[in-house]
Amino acid sequence: MADEIKLLRLWASPFCQRVELALKLKGLQYQLIDEDIWNKSELLLQSNPVHKKVPVLFHNGNAIAESFVIMEYIDETWKHNPLLPKHPHGRANARFWANFVDEKVFKTASIAYLGKDKPQEDGIELFSQQLKMLEGELAGKDYFGGDSIGFVDIAAFFIMHVYGVVQEVKEAELMTQEKFPVLFQWLAKLEANDLVMECLQPSEKHLAHVRARLSVLDEEAASKTKAA
Amino acid sequence: MEEVKLLGWWMSPFSRRVELALKLKGVGYEYIEQDLANKSQLLLEYNPVHKKVPVLVHNGKTMAESLVILEYIDETWPNNPILPRNPYEKAMARFWAQFIEEKCNGGLWKIMWCKDEEERGRLVEEASHCFRTLEGELKGNKFFGGDEIGMVDIAANFIGYWLGVVQEVSGMELVTRDKFPVLCKWMDEFVEHSVVKETLPPRDKLHAEFEARLGAPSWKY
Repeated sequence: MADEIKLLRLWASPFCQRVELALKLKGLQYQLIDEDIWNKSELLLQSNPVHKKVPVLFHNGNAIAESFVIMEYIDETWKHNPLLPKHPHGRANARFWANFVDEKVFKTASIAYLGKDKPQEDGIELFSQQLKMLEGELAGKDYFGGDSIGFVDIAAFFIMHVYGVVQEVKEAELMTQEKFPVLFQWLAKLEANDLVMECLQPSEKHLAHVRARLSVLDEEAASKTKAA
Repeated sequence: MEEVKLLGWWMSPFSRRVELALKLKGVGYEYIEQDLANKSQLLLEYNPVHKKVPVLVHNGKTMAESLVILEYIDETWPNNPILPRNPYEKAMARFWAQFIEEKCNGGLWKIMWCKDEEERGRLVEEASHCFRTLEGELKGNKFFGGDEIGMVDIAANFIGYWLGVVQEVSGMELVTRDKFPVLCKWMDEFVEHSVVKETLPPRDKLHAEFEARLGAPSWKY
């Protein structure tokens, strides 16, 4: 029986894009189901009742949520073109840096770009330090995964890509080629990869989406200030 | 010959998770207690990114982040597995370990440091919902791992033991026997487990430490 793979996703979500790239790197056939996260479907609420978020992967009837959990599942179920290194220490290192992207970089960026919950200046400095740490992990390699795209590349690329879009909308220059040449070289390699680009929508569409989302966030913040 | 070292702190549930996994697998290790107020060169060298415990050193290679270390331990010493072998069940275990970390422990942490009473009430309500969800995952089993302790039980160690002390010290009544009978039964089983017992910090010492810290303006480390 052929595998039945479906991905419930929001096209603009970097977390969903991660899963798509993992599936593509494994050469898997899958069906995309677009979700309207502002009007959540029964399918989403039933398949991910805990978080009610995308991405959700369906495989032969099983539903799996959380992007890294899904990526590990994909890597273990289809063992060709591995996303994680073979040796346990290499795997631990990859998981460490993937967690670093989500626990540190992602959260710091919200402060640095949006001034969320904390003073923006603190976020900007910390963001810079964390990007430098990522560069340190890349140094000398084509990809975080070594010679080929791996778990950490997938984890980091789509998040970094969104920051590029946010920077255009906000006219911010926190992440520049001058400050982070190693990171930009790595980004360029991934942007030149067809499978990676297949996971992204045209940039004008993405820009318009981020612009709209940021203005909603600004409005919410403004009304909170008024109410306070 | 295997050389396994663990840099830890007696009070840290994260550090104790790693100890628990090593003990469950019967892996011998050298424990090196850290003074987090005065971080050692060793710690700063082994975990330059976060400068935190636990750090596992195996044959000279270092690893940080407790859940990452647990996966390493399970892959390196496959006896007495703490993760299921089936990819889907393994995915579920990872999902719940992450849920515990982000929602349960994360929620508790915010409550412990929240000074605003109204906000704290809201956080307690939110956390209560998360604990109800977690309780549902026990599904009539003795442990989250089934008959035996697994990754999810290990990840839940703060809830299993430390939370009781925090509630005593702070007067918070979030997870009580009448509200969460099933979860409390799990907590009883957890702390009575012969190997888990070896990894629990002394209750009176923990109590005193929390009393000192929860009164302070912010967690020192």
